[in-house]
Amino acid sequence: MSTLRTRVVSLNSGTPVLERPLVGDVTGAPVPVTSEPRPRRRWVRATVLGGVIPIAVIVLWQAIATSGLVPSYRLPTPLSVWAAGVDLYERGVLYQHIAISTQRVLLGFGIGAIVGLALASIVGLSARASELFAPTLGALRAVPSLAWVPLLGLYLGLNEDSKVALVAIGAFFPVYTTVAPALRHVDAHLVELGRSYGYSGPALLSLVQLPAVVPAVISSLRLALAQAWLFLVAGELLGASLGLGFLLVDSQQNGRIDRLFLTIILLGILGKGTDSAVGLLERFLLKRWGS
Amino acid sequence: MSSSTLRSSTPADALSVSIRELSRRFGDRVVLNELSLEIAAGEIVALIGPSGCGKSTLLRHIGGLDSPTDGSIAIGGLPVTGLDARSAIAFQEPRLLPWRSITRNVEVGLPRGKRTSADRDRVAELLELVKLSSSAHLRPREISGGMAQRVSLARALARRPGVLLLDEPFGALDALTRLSMQDLLLDLHTAEPATIVIVTHDVDEALYLADRVILLGAIDPTESAAHASIRSTVVVPGLRPRDRGSGDLAELRAELLEGLGVPTHHLSAR
Ligand SMILES: Nc1ncnc2c1ncn2[C@@H]1O[C@H](COP(=O)(O)OP(=O)(O)OP(=O)(O)O)[C@@H](O)[C@H]1O
Ligand SMILES: [Mg+2]
Repeated sequence: MSTLRTRVVSLNSGTPVLERPLVGDVTGAPVPVTSEPRPRRRWVRATVLGGVIPIAVIVLWQAIATSGLVPSYRLPTPLSVWAAGVDLYERGVLYQHIAISTQRVLLGFGIGAIVGLALASIVGLSARASELFAPTLGALRAVPSLAWVPLLGLYLGLNEDSKVALVAIGAFFPVYTTVAPALRHVDAHLVELGRSYGYSGPALLSLVQLPAVVPAVISSLRLALAQAWLFLVAGELLGASLGLGFLLVDSQQNGRIDRLFLTIILLGILGKGTDSAVGLLERFLLKRWGS
Repeated sequence: MSSSTLRSSTPADALSVSIRELSRRFGDRVVLNELSLEIAAGEIVALIGPSGCGKSTLLRHIGGLDSPTDGSIAIGGLPVTGLDARSAIAFQEPRLLPWRSITRNVEVGLPRGKRTSADRDRVAELLELVKLSSSAHLRPREISGGMAQRVSLARALARRPGVLLLDEPFGALDALTRLSMQDLLLDLHTAEPATIVIVTHDVDEALYLADRVILLGAIDPTESAAHASIRSTVVVPGLRPRDRGSGDLAELRAELLEGLGVPTHHLSAR
């Protein structure tokens, strides 16, 4: 009985919740700082966990492919896919295919993103420019993107330019359609604040509008990159003599299912790789400009 | 204490404000109706009135953020034609840039141009004044609403304005901090005498701070609360700092509250 009572008393006096200091902030609870520590162990756990499903898939794949349930011209074994990769590598073409595709993606993505950002800034910041450009761009966006392929082929030939142009079209629209409205909807109160403290034009842009749309720009770039790979494969499928898309068509026509699998896996790895690069950029930028 | 920290810096020159027959309509909705008001340099004027009667609108006009439908405004004898570096406004909302630290938000208030070490000292001094030195590195989402309002006040002071426009600057503060911020504002006013126009809903605050309290509202009771002009002006007696419990003030408080339409049940001594 008496122990119980002492415990209750010590519980009450031991909790300092009511004793908030009166100096400093007495105005309410601030949002807790969210820069939580990133222990190395969490990173390791994430890597291990993230690897579980791919490994399971490979094991299952090997089991099915060797069981005889599916004929080998329908499903190659993981090992034969690996061997196909080594074979192409030794002949010196694997690197060529990868390099040319990556180059097309990066060039097209760069051009599309820059043009997208430029037009989005004009349309997002000026009501007049918006009235001028927005309907046309909206209509162009409604054209199914692959419809451009024959036209680009005719105008630019079945060479690098037409493929880079197609990738650029693919990368342009996500950037334009995300960033222009983001700029238009920057908090008008903050813009007015900037103006009232003497900022205008480019100075106001870099004080308020640009930082405010950093998160939108980054997520649009990630989308644009995914679109870039999509458009690359589409362009290469429809006419190329080199590149991963070409390798897909070529393998299909020659019945090389092992190379088909290889190419699909390579596209996955490359796409994920470039996406992670943008992800790193995102982490850096959000640390600086995120709220 | 806080006034001595500021004495090192050159005091701003307080500027007079002169408002002549100011009218503002939004569409066919009259918000301000032929309002005239003369404010002497260095004076503290409190604006009170029912919600929606046009207090913020009047303040925005003095700051050059809005232009009158009719009438004119002058600061220090020169007309206000647009955004004006002679005045600084602390908005009703703190309006902090969420991606900047507290320090960098206060820097926004400095005159534009290269940042010198004097600027850095000024910002540090202001943060000290509003008791935010230890939070200087935080982002706005990491601070409370009351702290955010203090940042907004420090930002408005940064450029040493001749006219300081404060729109319910202590509205989000708890009662205790509010009282100490009122004293802080008076210290600031002594150290850097600016003309202060402060909007408040708190009659006691108005009587404690101001030389004059201006009650805004429709003069014609059949009009809506907007359509505002000056309904009455109360000259607050006594030198600051005033006794918050003074009997004279109680009279005035009752008068102002009645003016705002709040029954006070105050038994007048008269
Ligand atoms: N840009 C605008 N367009 C149309 N009407 C407006 C605009 N700005 C203000 N008003 C109107 O003017 C009136 C006065 O607004 P204001 O913000 O000045 O009121 P206030 O006295 O500051 O009120 P509160 O005490 O609630 O802050 C309101 O009825 C509002 O609807
Ligand atoms: Mg208001």
